[in-house]
Amino acid sequence: MIKQKKASNLKDLNVIRKMISNHKKYDFMFAGLGTIVIASLTITLLVLFLDLVIDGYPKFNLDFLSNFPSRRAARAGILSAWVGSSLVLLVTFFVAVPLGVASGIYLEEYAKKNWFSDLIEINVSNLAGVPSIIYGLLALGLFVYSFGLGQSILTAGLTLALLMLPIVIVSTREAIRAIPVHIREAAYAVGATKWQVCHNHVIQYAYGGILTGIIIGMARAIGETAPVITIGALTFIAFLPPSPVGLEPPFINFDWLDAGFSVLPIQMFNWISRPQHAFHINAAATGAIIIILTLLMNGLAIKLRYNIRKKIKW
Amino acid sequence: MNKLKHNEIIKAESKNLDFFYADGTQALKNVSLPVYENKITALIGPSGCGKSTFLRSFNRMHDLYPGNRYKGQIILQPDNTNILSEKVDPIEVRMRISMVFQKPNPFPKSIYENVAYGLRVRGETNKRALDEKVEEALKGASLWNEVKDRLQDLAFNLSGGQQQRLCIARALATEPEIMLFDEPTSALDPIATMNIEELMSELKEKLSILIVTHNMQQAARISDYTAYMYLGKLVEYDATNQIFTNPSKKETEDYITGKFG
Repeated sequence: MIKQKKASNLKDLNVIRKMISNHKKYDFMFAGLGTIVIASLTITLLVLFLDLVIDGYPKFNLDFLSNFPSRRAARAGILSAWVGSSLVLLVTFFVAVPLGVASGIYLEEYAKKNWFSDLIEINVSNLAGVPSIIYGLLALGLFVYSFGLGQSILTAGLTLALLMLPIVIVSTREAIRAIPVHIREAAYAVGATKWQVCHNHVIQYAYGGILTGIIIGMARAIGETAPVITIGALTFIAFLPPSPVGLEPPFINFDWLDAGFSVLPIQMFNWISRPQHAFHINAAATGAIIIILTLLMNGLAIKLRYNIRKKIKW
Repeated sequence: MNKLKHNEIIKAESKNLDFFYADGTQALKNVSLPVYENKITALIGPSGCGKSTFLRSFNRMHDLYPGNRYKGQIILQPDNTNILSEKVDPIEVRMRISMVFQKPNPFPKSIYENVAYGLRVRGETNKRALDEKVEEALKGASLWNEVKDRLQDLAFNLSGGQQQRLCIARALATEPEIMLFDEPTSALDPIATMNIEELMSELKEKLSILIVTHNMQQAARISDYTAYMYLGKLVEYDATNQIFTNPSKKETEDYITGKFG
Protein backbone atom coordinates (compact mmCIF):
# COMPACT_ATOMS: atom_id res chain seq x y z
CA MET A 1 0.00 0.00 0.00
CA ILE A 2 2.65 2.45 1.09
CA LYS A 3 4.79 1.65 -1.91
CA GLN A 4 1.89 2.21 -4.22
CA LYS A 5 1.17 5.55 -2.64
CA LYS A 6 4.77 6.61 -3.01
CA ALA A 7 4.75 5.65 -6.64
CA SER A 8 1.64 7.64 -7.31
CA ASN A 9 3.13 10.62 -5.49
CA LEU A 10 6.20 10.34 -7.65
CA LYS A 11 4.10 10.32 -10.76
CA ASP A 12 2.29 13.44 -9.59
CA LEU A 13 5.61 15.14 -8.92
CA ASN A 14 6.78 14.41 -12.45
CA VAL A 15 3.61 15.92 -13.83
CA ILE A 16 4.10 19.00 -11.68
CA ARG A 17 7.74 19.34 -12.70
CA LYS A 18 6.83 19.06 -16.33
CA MET A 19 4.13 21.67 -15.92
CA ILE A 20 6.56 24.04 -14.19
CA SER A 21 9.18 23.67 -16.89
CA ASN A 22 6.48 24.24 -19.49
CA HIS A 23 5.43 27.43 -17.76
CA LYS A 24 9.01 28.52 -17.39
CA LYS A 25 9.47 28.52 -21.14
CA TYR A 26 7.59 31.81 -21.19
CA ASP A 27 10.08 33.23 -18.69
CA PHE A 28 12.95 32.32 -20.98
CA MET A 29 11.14 33.61 -24.04
CA PHE A 30 10.36 36.94 -22.48
CA ALA A 31 13.83 37.34 -21.02
CA GLY A 32 15.32 36.56 -24.41
CA LEU A 33 13.08 39.01 -26.20
CA GLY A 34 13.85 41.71 -23.64
CA THR A 35 17.58 41.15 -23.99
CA ILE A 36 17.39 41.45 -27.77
CA VAL A 37 15.37 44.67 -27.61
CA ILE A 38 17.60 46.27 -24.98
CA ALA A 39 20.76 45.16 -26.78
CA SER A 40 19.63 46.53 -30.14
CA LEU A 41 18.74 49.89 -28.56
CA THR A 42 21.95 50.15 -26.60
CA ILE A 43 24.09 49.09 -29.54
CA THR A 44 22.41 51.62 -31.85
CA LEU A 45 23.04 54.39 -29.34
CA LEU A 46 26.60 53.25 -28.79
CA VAL A 47 27.33 53.10 -32.52
CA LEU A 48 25.90 56.57 -33.05
CA PHE A 49 27.91 57.92 -30.17
CA LEU A 50 31.14 56.22 -31.27
CA ASP A 51 30.61 57.47 -34.80
CA LEU A 52 30.35 61.03 -33.49
CA VAL A 53 33.41 60.57 -31.29
CA ILE A 54 35.51 59.10 -34.13
CA ASP A 55 34.43 61.81 -36.57
CA GLY A 56 34.92 64.60 -34.08
CA TYR A 57 38.07 63.23 -32.51
CA PRO A 58 40.47 65.78 -34.08
CA LYS A 59 38.53 68.58 -32.41
CA PHE A 60 38.71 67.30 -28.85
CA ASN A 61 41.07 69.92 -27.52
CA LEU A 62 40.90 73.09 -25.44
CA ASP A 63 41.06 75.34 -28.49
CA PHE A 64 37.72 73.97 -29.66
CA LEU A 65 36.17 75.03 -26.35
CA SER A 66 37.86 78.41 -26.21
CA ASN A 67 37.47 79.59 -29.84
CA PHE A 68 34.58 81.48 -31.33
CA PRO A 69 32.95 80.09 -34.44
CA SER A 70 34.80 81.06 -37.58
CA ARG A 71 34.52 80.89 -41.34
CA ARG A 72 37.55 78.66 -41.30
CA ALA A 73 36.57 75.27 -39.95
CA ALA A 74 39.98 74.53 -38.46
CA ARG A 75 39.83 77.61 -36.22
CA ALA A 76 36.17 77.40 -35.34
CA GLY A 77 35.18 76.57 -31.77
CA ILE A 78 32.12 76.41 -29.57
CA LEU A 79 32.96 79.04 -26.96
CA SER A 80 29.92 81.20 -27.60
CA ALA A 81 27.69 78.13 -27.88
CA TRP A 82 28.59 76.50 -24.59
CA VAL A 83 28.57 79.81 -22.73
CA GLY A 84 25.17 80.51 -24.31
CA SER A 85 23.86 77.05 -23.36
CA SER A 86 25.08 77.47 -19.78
CA LEU A 87 23.49 80.89 -19.35
CA VAL A 88 20.21 79.79 -20.91
CA LEU A 89 20.11 76.75 -18.63
CA LEU A 90 20.82 78.99 -15.66
CA VAL A 91 17.69 81.01 -16.45
CA THR A 92 15.74 77.82 -17.12
CA PHE A 93 16.80 76.36 -13.79
CA PHE A 94 15.86 79.40 -11.73
CA VAL A 95 12.48 79.73 -13.42
CA ALA A 96 11.38 76.11 -13.82
CA VAL A 97 12.55 74.69 -10.49
CA PRO A 98 10.80 77.01 -8.02
CA LEU A 99 7.66 77.17 -10.15
CA GLY A 100 7.58 73.45 -10.89
CA VAL A 101 8.34 72.23 -7.38
CA ALA A 102 5.91 74.69 -5.82
CA SER A 103 3.16 73.71 -8.27
CA GLY A 104 3.78 70.04 -7.63
CA ILE A 105 3.57 70.50 -3.87
CA TYR A 106 0.49 72.68 -4.15
CA LEU A 107 -1.33 70.28 -6.44
CA GLU A 108 -0.48 67.28 -4.30
CA GLU A 109 -0.84 68.68 -0.79
CA TYR A 110 -3.06 71.73 -0.86
CA ALA A 111 -5.37 71.72 -3.88
CA LYS A 112 -8.85 70.35 -3.35
CA LYS A 113 -9.47 67.27 -5.43
CA ASN A 114 -12.27 68.04 -7.85
CA TRP A 115 -12.91 68.19 -11.59
CA PHE A 116 -10.79 71.31 -11.87
CA SER A 117 -7.72 69.72 -10.32
CA ASP A 118 -8.27 66.70 -12.56
CA LEU A 119 -8.32 69.02 -15.56
CA ILE A 120 -5.06 70.61 -14.46
CA GLU A 121 -3.50 67.21 -13.92
CA ILE A 122 -4.44 66.03 -17.41
CA ASN A 123 -3.13 69.25 -18.89
CA VAL A 124 0.18 69.10 -17.08
CA SER A 125 0.78 65.52 -18.18
CA ASN A 126 -0.21 66.51 -21.67
CA LEU A 127 2.17 69.45 -21.75
CA ALA A 128 5.07 67.06 -21.18
CA GLY A 129 4.24 65.50 -24.53
CA VAL A 130 3.69 68.64 -26.59
CA PRO A 131 6.25 68.93 -29.45
CA SER A 132 8.92 71.44 -28.53
CA ILE A 133 8.44 73.54 -31.67
CA ILE A 134 5.03 74.52 -30.32
CA TYR A 135 6.68 75.95 -27.23
CA GLY A 136 8.95 77.83 -29.61
CA LEU A 137 5.99 79.36 -31.42
CA LEU A 138 4.31 80.25 -28.14
CA ALA A 139 7.50 81.88 -26.94
CA LEU A 140 7.92 83.80 -30.19
CA GLY A 141 4.45 85.27 -29.86
CA LEU A 142 4.45 85.76 -26.10
CA PHE A 143 7.99 86.52 -24.94
CA VAL A 144 9.54 88.00 -28.09
CA TYR A 145 6.65 90.09 -29.38
CA SER A 146 4.08 90.60 -26.62
CA PHE A 147 6.53 91.03 -23.74
CA GLY A 148 9.19 92.56 -25.97
CA LEU A 149 11.97 90.50 -24.45
CA GLY A 150 13.71 90.17 -27.81
CA GLN A 151 15.75 87.26 -29.06
CA SER A 152 17.65 87.10 -25.84
CA ILE A 153 19.02 84.63 -23.33
CA LEU A 154 16.09 85.50 -21.10
CA THR A 155 13.59 84.52 -23.79
CA ALA A 156 15.36 81.25 -24.48
CA GLY A 157 15.64 80.47 -20.78
CA LEU A 158 11.94 81.11 -20.25
CA THR A 159 11.03 79.02 -23.29
CA LEU A 160 13.05 76.04 -22.14
CA ALA A 161 11.63 76.56 -18.66
CA LEU A 162 8.13 76.10 -20.11
CA LEU A 163 9.34 72.89 -21.69
CA MET A 164 10.89 71.66 -18.47
CA LEU A 165 8.07 72.72 -16.16
CA PRO A 166 5.73 69.74 -16.75
CA ILE A 167 8.62 67.32 -16.21
CA VAL A 168 9.43 68.95 -12.88
CA ILE A 169 5.79 69.11 -11.81
CA VAL A 170 5.07 65.50 -12.69
CA SER A 171 8.20 64.17 -11.01
CA THR A 172 7.58 66.29 -7.91
CA ARG A 173 4.06 64.92 -7.62
CA GLU A 174 5.20 61.34 -8.09
CA ALA A 175 7.94 61.75 -5.52
CA ILE A 176 5.41 63.16 -3.05
CA ARG A 177 2.94 60.40 -3.76
CA ALA A 178 5.58 57.81 -2.97
CA ILE A 179 5.62 58.96 0.67
CA PRO A 180 3.49 56.47 2.60
CA VAL A 181 0.28 57.64 4.25
CA HIS A 182 1.36 56.38 7.66
CA ILE A 183 4.39 58.71 7.73
CA ARG A 184 2.19 61.65 6.84
CA GLU A 185 -0.37 60.70 9.49
CA ALA A 186 2.41 60.36 12.06
CA ALA A 187 3.41 63.96 11.41
CA TYR A 188 -0.15 65.27 11.56
CA ALA A 189 -0.85 63.25 14.71
CA VAL A 190 1.73 65.17 16.77
CA GLY A 191 -0.04 68.40 15.83
CA ALA A 192 1.83 69.60 12.76
CA THR A 193 0.20 72.04 10.36
CA LYS A 194 0.09 71.40 6.64
CA TRP A 195 3.07 73.60 5.99
CA GLN A 196 5.07 71.97 8.77
CA VAL A 197 4.32 68.58 7.26
CA CYS A 198 5.36 69.81 3.81
CA HIS A 199 8.45 71.58 5.02
CA ASN A 200 9.77 69.06 7.55
CA HIS A 201 8.69 65.85 5.88
CA VAL A 202 7.22 65.87 2.39
CA ILE A 203 9.90 68.00 0.74
CA GLN A 204 12.72 66.25 2.57
CA TYR A 205 11.59 62.75 1.72
CA ALA A 206 10.62 63.60 -1.85
CA TYR A 207 13.88 65.48 -2.39
CA GLY A 208 15.60 62.65 -4.28
CA GLY A 209 12.76 62.19 -6.73
CA ILE A 210 12.37 65.93 -7.25
CA LEU A 211 16.08 66.33 -7.91
CA THR A 212 16.01 63.50 -10.42
CA GLY A 213 13.13 65.17 -12.26
CA ILE A 214 15.00 68.48 -12.32
CA ILE A 215 18.16 66.96 -13.73
CA ILE A 216 16.30 64.94 -16.35
CA GLY A 217 14.38 68.08 -17.33
CA MET A 218 17.65 70.01 -17.62
CA ALA A 219 19.16 67.23 -19.72
CA ARG A 220 16.22 67.54 -22.06
CA ALA A 221 16.49 71.32 -22.19
CA ILE A 222 20.19 71.26 -23.07
CA GLY A 223 19.56 69.35 -26.28
CA GLU A 224 16.48 71.26 -27.43
CA THR A 225 16.96 72.94 -30.78
CA ALA A 226 13.63 73.65 -32.42
CA PRO A 227 12.17 76.14 -29.90
CA VAL A 228 15.46 78.01 -29.65
CA ILE A 229 15.64 78.36 -33.42
CA THR A 230 12.03 79.50 -33.53
CA ILE A 231 12.64 82.35 -31.14
CA GLY A 232 15.58 83.39 -33.30
CA ALA A 233 18.80 82.35 -31.64
CA LEU A 234 21.86 83.40 -33.60
CA THR A 235 23.69 80.79 -35.61
CA PHE A 236 26.90 82.73 -35.83
CA ILE A 237 28.08 84.78 -32.92
CA ALA A 238 31.61 85.93 -32.27
CA PHE A 239 31.27 87.61 -28.91
CA LEU A 240 30.24 86.63 -25.41
CA PRO A 241 27.34 88.11 -23.45
CA PRO A 242 28.31 90.42 -20.59
CA SER A 243 29.60 88.39 -17.67
CA PRO A 244 27.01 87.70 -14.97
CA VAL A 245 29.63 88.14 -12.24
CA GLY A 246 32.07 91.00 -12.09
CA LEU A 247 35.05 92.01 -10.02
CA GLU A 248 33.52 95.30 -8.94
CA PRO A 249 30.47 95.82 -6.74
CA PRO A 250 27.69 94.82 -6.97
CA PHE A 251 29.55 91.80 -8.48
CA ILE A 252 26.41 90.52 -10.17
CA ASN A 253 24.76 92.06 -13.18
CA PHE A 254 21.87 91.02 -15.32
CA ASP A 255 22.82 92.62 -18.64
CA TRP A 256 23.54 89.17 -20.05
CA LEU A 257 19.85 88.35 -19.91
CA ASP A 258 19.28 90.76 -22.81
CA ALA A 259 22.18 89.54 -24.93
CA GLY A 260 21.98 87.61 -28.18
CA PHE A 261 23.28 84.09 -27.93
CA SER A 262 23.72 80.71 -29.51
CA VAL A 263 23.45 77.26 -27.93
CA LEU A 264 25.26 73.98 -28.57
CA PRO A 265 22.62 72.20 -30.66
CA ILE A 266 22.19 75.26 -32.87
CA GLN A 267 25.91 75.52 -33.41
CA MET A 268 25.86 71.89 -34.42
CA PHE A 269 22.89 72.43 -36.71
CA ASN A 270 24.66 75.35 -38.33
CA TRP A 271 27.83 73.40 -39.04
CA ILE A 272 26.07 70.35 -40.31
CA SER A 273 24.29 72.47 -42.93
CA ARG A 274 27.61 73.68 -44.38
CA PRO A 275 28.88 71.88 -47.48
CA GLN A 276 32.54 71.61 -46.37
CA HIS A 277 33.49 68.35 -44.70
CA ALA A 278 35.72 70.10 -42.16
CA PHE A 279 32.64 71.68 -40.58
CA HIS A 280 31.02 68.29 -40.27
CA ILE A 281 33.89 67.24 -38.04
CA ASN A 282 33.11 70.22 -35.81
CA ALA A 283 29.45 69.23 -35.77
CA ALA A 284 30.31 65.67 -34.78
CA ALA A 285 32.51 66.91 -31.96
CA THR A 286 29.73 69.20 -30.73
CA GLY A 287 27.23 66.35 -30.90
CA ALA A 288 29.52 64.13 -28.87
CA ILE A 289 29.88 66.88 -26.27
CA ILE A 290 26.08 67.29 -26.00
CA ILE A 291 25.64 63.55 -25.54
CA ILE A 292 28.39 63.42 -22.94
CA LEU A 293 26.78 66.31 -21.04
CA THR A 294 23.39 64.58 -21.14
CA LEU A 295 24.91 61.29 -20.00
CA LEU A 296 26.73 63.01 -17.16
CA MET A 297 23.55 64.74 -16.01
CA ASN A 298 21.49 61.56 -16.14
CA GLY A 299 24.26 59.66 -14.39
CA LEU A 300 24.30 62.29 -11.67
CA ALA A 301 20.53 61.97 -11.32
CA ILE A 302 20.79 58.21 -10.84
CA LYS A 303 23.65 58.52 -8.38
CA LEU A 304 21.86 61.15 -6.29
CA ARG A 305 18.66 59.17 -6.23
CA TYR A 306 20.55 56.07 -5.13
CA ASN A 307 22.37 57.93 -2.35
CA ILE A 308 19.19 59.50 -1.01
CA ARG A 309 17.18 56.28 -1.20
CA LYS A 310 19.76 54.55 0.95
CA LYS A 311 19.02 57.00 3.75
CA ILE A 312 15.23 56.75 3.61
CA LYS A 313 13.27 53.63 4.41
CA TRP A 314 9.67 53.28 5.38
CA MET B 1 -24.27 58.40 37.61
CA ASN B 2 -21.17 56.77 36.20
CA LYS B 3 -19.03 59.19 38.07
CA LEU B 4 -20.57 58.13 41.38
CA LYS B 5 -20.60 54.48 40.53
CA HIS B 6 -16.93 54.28 39.62
CA ASN B 7 -15.75 57.12 41.79
CA GLU B 8 -13.67 58.19 38.82
CA ILE B 9 -13.24 61.25 36.67
CA ILE B 10 -14.41 61.34 33.07
CA LYS B 11 -11.65 62.63 30.81
CA ALA B 12 -13.55 62.48 27.56
CA GLU B 13 -16.90 61.26 26.46
CA SER B 14 -18.40 60.58 23.08
CA LYS B 15 -22.07 61.43 22.85
CA ASN B 16 -24.30 59.95 20.16
CA LEU B 17 -21.40 59.85 17.74
CA ASP B 18 -22.16 59.03 14.12
CA PHE B 19 -19.48 58.97 11.49
CA PHE B 20 -19.80 58.94 7.71
CA TYR B 21 -16.98 58.29 5.27
CA ALA B 22 -16.80 60.36 2.10
CA ASP B 23 -18.49 57.63 0.08
CA GLY B 24 -21.51 57.83 2.37
CA THR B 25 -20.99 54.65 4.40
CA GLN B 26 -21.86 55.10 8.01
CA ALA B 27 -19.06 53.63 10.10
CA LEU B 28 -20.29 54.67 13.54
CA LYS B 29 -23.84 54.57 14.77
CA ASN B 30 -24.80 56.50 17.85
CA VAL B 31 -21.76 55.59 19.93
CA SER B 32 -21.73 56.98 23.46
CA LEU B 33 -18.74 56.02 25.55
CA PRO B 34 -16.76 57.56 28.42
CA VAL B 35 -12.98 57.54 28.75
CA TYR B 36 -11.87 57.74 32.37
CA GLU B 37 -8.87 59.59 33.60
CA ASN B 38 -5.84 57.44 34.41
CA LYS B 39 -7.58 54.35 33.11
CA ILE B 40 -7.15 52.19 30.06
CA THR B 41 -10.24 51.78 27.94
CA ALA B 42 -10.07 49.00 25.38
CA LEU B 43 -12.13 48.74 22.20
CA ILE B 44 -12.68 45.24 20.91
CA GLY B 45 -14.71 43.81 18.08
CA PRO B 46 -14.34 42.07 14.72
CA SER B 47 -12.59 43.75 11.77
CA GLY B 48 -14.62 46.53 10.25
CA CYS B 49 -16.73 47.11 13.35
CA GLY B 50 -15.69 50.76 13.54
CA LYS B 51 -13.35 50.66 16.51
CA SER B 52 -10.44 52.23 14.61
CA THR B 53 -12.80 54.77 13.10
CA PHE B 54 -13.97 55.63 16.59
CA LEU B 55 -10.40 55.96 17.86
CA ARG B 56 -9.36 58.16 14.97
CA SER B 57 -12.26 60.51 15.70
CA PHE B 58 -10.54 61.44 18.97
CA ASN B 59 -7.68 63.21 17.20
CA ARG B 60 -9.69 64.24 14.16
CA MET B 61 -7.54 62.07 11.84
CA HIS B 62 -10.53 61.78 9.54
CA ASP B 63 -10.25 65.49 8.80
CA LEU B 64 -7.17 64.77 6.70
CA TYR B 65 -9.37 63.24 4.03
CA PRO B 66 -12.04 65.36 2.40
CA GLY B 67 -15.69 64.40 2.60
CA ASN B 68 -15.63 62.62 5.96
CA ARG B 69 -18.33 63.78 8.33
CA TYR B 70 -18.96 63.56 12.07
CA LYS B 71 -22.28 63.89 13.79
CA GLY B 72 -22.53 64.03 17.56
CA GLN B 73 -19.96 65.11 20.08
CA ILE B 74 -16.80 64.13 21.83
CA ILE B 75 -16.54 66.24 24.97
CA LEU B 76 -13.06 66.70 26.36
CA GLN B 77 -12.75 67.57 30.06
CA PRO B 78 -11.94 69.55 32.15
CA ASP B 79 -12.72 72.41 29.76
CA ASN B 80 -15.88 70.82 28.39
CA THR B 81 -14.82 71.30 24.76
CA ASN B 82 -16.56 69.46 21.96
CA ILE B 83 -13.48 68.46 19.97
CA LEU B 84 -15.57 67.53 16.95
CA SER B 85 -16.99 71.02 16.66
CA GLU B 86 -16.11 72.79 13.44
CA LYS B 87 -14.98 75.73 15.53
CA VAL B 88 -12.24 73.64 17.10
CA ASP B 89 -9.08 73.38 15.06
CA PRO B 90 -8.10 69.71 14.57
CA ILE B 91 -4.48 70.72 15.20
CA GLU B 92 -5.43 71.96 18.66
CA VAL B 93 -7.07 68.59 19.33
CA ARG B 94 -3.96 66.74 18.18
CA MET B 95 -1.86 68.89 20.48
CA ARG B 96 -3.82 67.53 23.43
CA ILE B 97 -4.47 63.96 22.29
CA SER B 98 -1.64 61.98 20.74
CA MET B 99 -1.68 58.71 18.87
CA VAL B 100 0.36 55.54 18.38
CA PHE B 101 -0.35 53.66 15.18
CA GLN B 102 -0.71 50.02 14.26
CA LYS B 103 2.50 49.79 12.30
CA PRO B 104 5.53 51.49 13.84
CA ASN B 105 5.88 54.64 11.75
CA PRO B 106 8.99 56.54 12.78
CA PHE B 107 10.07 59.37 10.50
CA PRO B 108 13.13 58.59 8.38
CA LYS B 109 15.14 60.83 10.70
CA SER B 110 17.34 60.30 13.73
CA ILE B 111 16.00 58.79 16.96
CA TYR B 112 16.43 62.17 18.63
CA GLU B 113 14.58 64.08 15.91
CA ASN B 114 11.70 61.63 16.00
CA VAL B 115 11.05 62.30 19.66
CA ALA B 116 11.80 66.01 19.40
CA TYR B 117 9.48 66.58 16.47
CA GLY B 118 6.32 67.15 18.48
CA LEU B 119 8.19 69.68 20.60
CA ARG B 120 9.61 71.44 17.57
CA VAL B 121 6.13 71.70 16.12
CA ARG B 122 5.16 73.45 19.34
CA GLY B 123 7.93 75.96 18.81
CA GLU B 124 10.51 74.62 21.26
CA THR B 125 13.97 75.62 20.03
CA ASN B 126 15.98 75.64 23.23
CA LYS B 127 18.53 72.85 22.86
CA ARG B 128 18.70 72.07 26.57
CA ALA B 129 14.93 71.94 26.99
CA LEU B 130 14.67 69.65 23.97
CA ASP B 131 17.42 67.37 25.27
CA GLU B 132 15.71 67.10 28.63
CA LYS B 133 12.28 66.38 27.24
CA VAL B 134 13.58 63.86 24.70
CA GLU B 135 15.40 62.02 27.49
CA GLU B 136 12.32 62.10 29.68
CA ALA B 137 10.08 60.80 26.90
CA LEU B 138 12.51 58.03 25.98
CA LYS B 139 12.72 57.03 29.63
CA GLY B 140 8.94 57.11 29.82
CA ALA B 141 8.81 54.74 26.85
CA SER B 142 11.48 52.45 28.44
CA LEU B 143 13.76 53.00 25.50
CA TRP B 144 16.37 55.31 26.97
CA ASN B 145 18.85 52.67 28.09
CA GLU B 146 18.86 51.04 24.68
CA VAL B 147 19.36 54.18 22.62
CA LYS B 148 21.07 56.75 24.84
CA ASP B 149 24.43 56.22 23.11
CA ARG B 150 23.08 56.46 19.60
CA LEU B 151 20.47 59.18 19.58
CA GLN B 152 21.69 60.43 16.21
CA ASP B 153 21.24 57.01 14.55
CA LEU B 154 18.46 56.68 12.02
CA ALA B 155 15.26 55.39 13.60
CA PHE B 156 14.74 52.59 11.10
CA ASN B 157 17.88 50.86 12.36
CA LEU B 158 15.91 49.95 15.50
CA SER B 159 13.98 46.70 15.83
CA GLY B 160 10.22 46.70 15.31
CA GLY B 161 9.48 46.72 19.05
CA GLN B 162 11.99 49.50 19.65
CA GLN B 163 10.50 51.49 16.79
CA GLN B 164 7.07 51.21 18.35
CA ARG B 165 8.42 52.36 21.71
CA LEU B 166 10.07 55.22 19.86
CA CYS B 167 6.67 56.14 18.43
CA ILE B 168 5.27 56.00 21.97
CA ALA B 169 8.08 58.29 23.11
CA ARG B 170 7.24 60.66 20.26
CA ALA B 171 3.60 60.70 21.30
CA LEU B 172 4.56 61.05 24.97
CA ALA B 173 7.06 63.89 24.61
CA THR B 174 4.34 66.44 24.10
CA GLU B 175 2.65 65.56 27.40
CA PRO B 176 -0.74 64.62 25.96
CA GLU B 177 -3.87 64.32 28.06
CA ILE B 178 -5.03 61.20 26.25
CA MET B 179 -3.03 58.70 24.24
CA LEU B 180 -4.71 56.69 21.51
CA PHE B 181 -3.30 53.29 20.57
CA ASP B 182 -4.47 51.69 17.35
CA GLU B 183 -3.56 47.99 17.67
CA PRO B 184 -0.06 48.97 18.75
CA THR B 185 1.28 45.44 19.10
CA SER B 186 -0.24 43.69 16.11
CA ALA B 187 3.03 43.91 14.16
CA LEU B 188 5.23 42.86 17.09
CA ASP B 189 6.55 39.63 18.56
CA PRO B 190 5.32 38.41 21.99
CA ILE B 191 8.22 39.85 23.98
CA ALA B 192 7.96 43.28 22.37
CA THR B 193 4.20 43.06 22.95
CA MET B 194 4.75 42.34 26.63
CA ASN B 195 7.09 45.33 26.95
CA ILE B 196 4.53 47.63 25.39
CA GLU B 197 1.74 46.31 27.59
CA GLU B 198 3.82 46.93 30.70
CA LEU B 199 4.59 50.36 29.39
CA MET B 200 0.92 51.19 28.92
CA SER B 201 0.16 50.16 32.49
CA GLU B 202 2.86 52.59 33.67
CA LEU B 203 1.67 55.35 31.36
CA LYS B 204 -1.84 55.38 32.74
CA GLU B 205 -0.53 56.88 35.95
CA LYS B 206 0.05 60.05 33.96
CA LEU B 207 -2.69 60.10 31.36
CA SER B 208 -5.74 58.37 29.96
CA ILE B 209 -5.47 55.64 27.36
CA LEU B 210 -7.86 54.48 24.67
CA ILE B 211 -6.70 51.37 22.85
CA VAL B 212 -8.03 49.36 19.94
CA THR B 213 -6.96 45.75 20.05
CA HIS B 214 -7.67 42.57 18.18
CA ASN B 215 -6.14 40.59 20.97
CA MET B 216 -8.77 39.75 23.56
CA GLN B 217 -6.22 38.56 26.12
CA GLN B 218 -4.49 41.87 25.75
CA ALA B 219 -7.69 43.76 26.49
CA ALA B 220 -8.30 41.52 29.50
CA ARG B 221 -4.74 41.93 30.78
CA ILE B 222 -4.26 45.65 30.58
CA SER B 223 -7.55 47.50 30.40
CA ASP B 224 -9.81 48.80 33.13
CA TYR B 225 -12.83 49.22 30.88
CA THR B 226 -13.76 47.40 27.71
CA ALA B 227 -16.17 48.30 24.97
CA TYR B 228 -17.38 45.71 22.49
CA MET B 229 -18.38 47.12 19.12
CA TYR B 230 -20.09 45.46 16.21
CA LEU B 231 -21.19 46.91 12.86
CA GLY B 232 -20.51 50.47 13.99
CA LYS B 233 -22.56 50.16 17.15
CA LEU B 234 -21.47 49.94 20.74
CA VAL B 235 -22.85 46.61 21.94
CA GLU B 236 -21.60 46.60 25.49
CA TYR B 237 -19.42 48.70 27.70
CA ASP B 238 -18.38 47.83 31.23
CA ALA B 239 -15.53 47.25 33.62
CA THR B 240 -13.13 44.82 31.97
CA ASN B 241 -13.48 42.00 34.49
CA GLN B 242 -17.23 42.30 34.20
CA ILE B 243 -17.13 42.03 30.40
CA PHE B 244 -14.78 39.08 30.42
CA THR B 245 -16.36 37.12 33.27
CA ASN B 246 -19.98 38.03 33.12
CA PRO B 247 -21.02 39.94 30.02
CA SER B 248 -24.61 41.06 30.04
CA LYS B 249 -25.19 40.53 26.32
CA LYS B 250 -25.16 37.24 24.49
CA GLU B 251 -23.33 38.75 21.49
CA THR B 252 -20.46 39.94 23.66
CA GLU B 253 -20.14 36.55 25.24
CA ASP B 254 -20.11 34.85 21.85
CA TYR B 255 -17.36 37.12 20.63
CA ILE B 256 -15.24 36.79 23.73
CA THR B 257 -15.52 33.04 23.89
CA GLY B 258 -14.61 32.77 20.22
CA LYS B 259 -17.95 31.47 18.97
CA PHE B 260 -18.13 34.44 16.69
CA GLY B 261 -15.70 36.83 15.02
